[in-house]
Amino acid sequence: MKLIVAIIQPHRLDAVKEALYAAEVNLITVSEVLGHGRQKGVTQIYRGARESGNLLRKIRLEIAVNEDFVQPTIDAIVTGARTGETGDGKIFVMDLVNCVRIRTGESGGVAIG
Amino acid sequence: MRNGIVRRSLLPGALALLLLAGVGVAHAEGAAAPAKIDSGDTAWVLISAALVMLMTPGLAFFYGGMVRRKNVLGVLMQCFAVMCVVGLQWVLFGYSLAFAPGNAFIGGLSWVGLHGVGAAPYPDYAATIPHQAFMIFQGMFAVITPALIVGAFAERMKFSSFLIFTVLWSTFIYDPMAHWVWGMGGWLRNLGALDFAGGTVVHINAGIAALVTALVIGRRKGYNGVAHPPHNLPFTVLGAALLWFGWFGFNAGSALAANGVAVNAFVATNSAAAAAGLSWALVEWLWNGKPTMFGAVTGAVAGLVAITPAAGYVSVVPAIVIGLLVSLFCFAAVSWIKPKLGYDDSLDAFGVHGIGGIWGALATGLFASSVVNAAGADGLFFGNARQLLVQAAAVGATILYAFAGTWILYKIVDRFFGVRVEEKEEVMGLDLTQHREAAYTVLE
Repeated sequence: MKLIVAIIQPHRLDAVKEALYAAEVNLITVSEVLGHGRQKGVTQIYRGARESGNLLRKIRLEIAVNEDFVQPTIDAIVTGARTGETGDGKIFVMDLVNCVRIRTGESGGVAIG
Repeated sequence: MRNGIVRRSLLPGALALLLLAGVGVAHAEGAAAPAKIDSGDTAWVLISAALVMLMTPGLAFFYGGMVRRKNVLGVLMQCFAVMCVVGLQWVLFGYSLAFAPGNAFIGGLSWVGLHGVGAAPYPDYAATIPHQAFMIFQGMFAVITPALIVGAFAERMKFSSFLIFTVLWSTFIYDPMAHWVWGMGGWLRNLGALDFAGGTVVHINAGIAALVTALVIGRRKGYNGVAHPPHNLPFTVLGAALLWFGWFGFNAGSALAANGVAVNAFVATNSAAAAAGLSWALVEWLWNGKPTMFGAVTGAVAGLVAITPAAGYVSVVPAIVIGLLVSLFCFAAVSWIKPKLGYDDSLDAFGVHGIGGIWGALATGLFASSVVNAAGADGLFFGNARQLLVQAAAVGATILYAFAGTWILYKIVDRFFGVRVEEKEEVMGLDLTQHREAAYTVLE
């Protein structure tokens, strides 16, 4: 089992969701986060005062998957999120120790799908 | 009603007769006569102008709540910019094109820069208030009308092109149309079409323009017949409440006097809005299982639209009927016809203002009664079938002119400047890409 965490551009969310559904990955958690990597942020202007280097709005996806689905999930996120410009985001993959479905009490791989 | 002589009954009869004669002559000459200014009328029209002004920011919030959070400033800015741009266009030359003496289709240029439009009344339009008070009251109508169209192309129009389109549309569509219906010599006015406060000029006109722009600009990216959820419905409710409040100036102010017709229009307006807000919620309850806040305010606005042409000509029961029925028509338009046809009138400017306006104009031909307003006429239900035909002719002419004219202006602006934002700008949102601002912060 792996936990895949991805940080993507907010406007790519719909495309990423479509790509994930196409890869039959249907269970995701989405949250709105702030941050920036190499991209410096969008300049905003308030009453003439320039504000740059603001933290940017990003979307964080959290997806728990069994081993068979790790690469398809990564591929789908890249397909949907990639624009080729700085700021497209990152994907982190980490080992997942356990997973419990609260309703039934099942645990392990069977609880993920 | 607009002559203002009737209410001089307190004056000695002889003096009243003298005044009547004097105004009669002035009326025939069509000149600014030494008619007497009534302070009550003037105060009411000035207050009404201020009430109508508040409708445009009200509309901005009504619309602003419906869009996604990345576009809310874009919508507010478009509405606010109309207040600035058309506010100037109107006093510089718009008022003259609409109301100065001209031919049957457009006014002249004699009142450009408000030349000769001053403190003296112009009895052909309003005998008891300064001409300039009439001008600024009308100016607020000219402002809100192009702002109504914003709902059709929300979330995807370039701001620079929007400004150009707005000035052209006000000049070539609104001003002539206002002249047809309200200007001296205007052909719809001479035909006898009843439009108390602007059902044709404001609502059908803007509604049809909305349909045209929604059709030619195309759907928002990712729109597949299902609306994006509104980002802030309380804004929409606040906006609708401001619209309802301002509409008392819009309709009751259109009596141009503080008199019984104004009161009738006030009561009809409130009754129609109440009936329509209720009936939309009830329709939803039956159709979708729950009444919604969004539906109730949409219905109330539809009721206000529908009663606009009729407010000063119908009594309260017909006003309620007009309100009850408008929600059925508009509900069908926005939740059934629009998805069927597939156009993306983002905030239903056509579905509410176009459909509601057409129903209101026709309903005026059904329910108008000369008992309510001697300056009006009887409708079909009071034995005058011709009035319904006249109303239908006014509706037809408005639809044709607004449709063709808007299409041509849109194509011209698109050809030279490009109307739609780049795809990337659309996904990032108009707030950041058109104005370099964000409406909401996440942390601070």
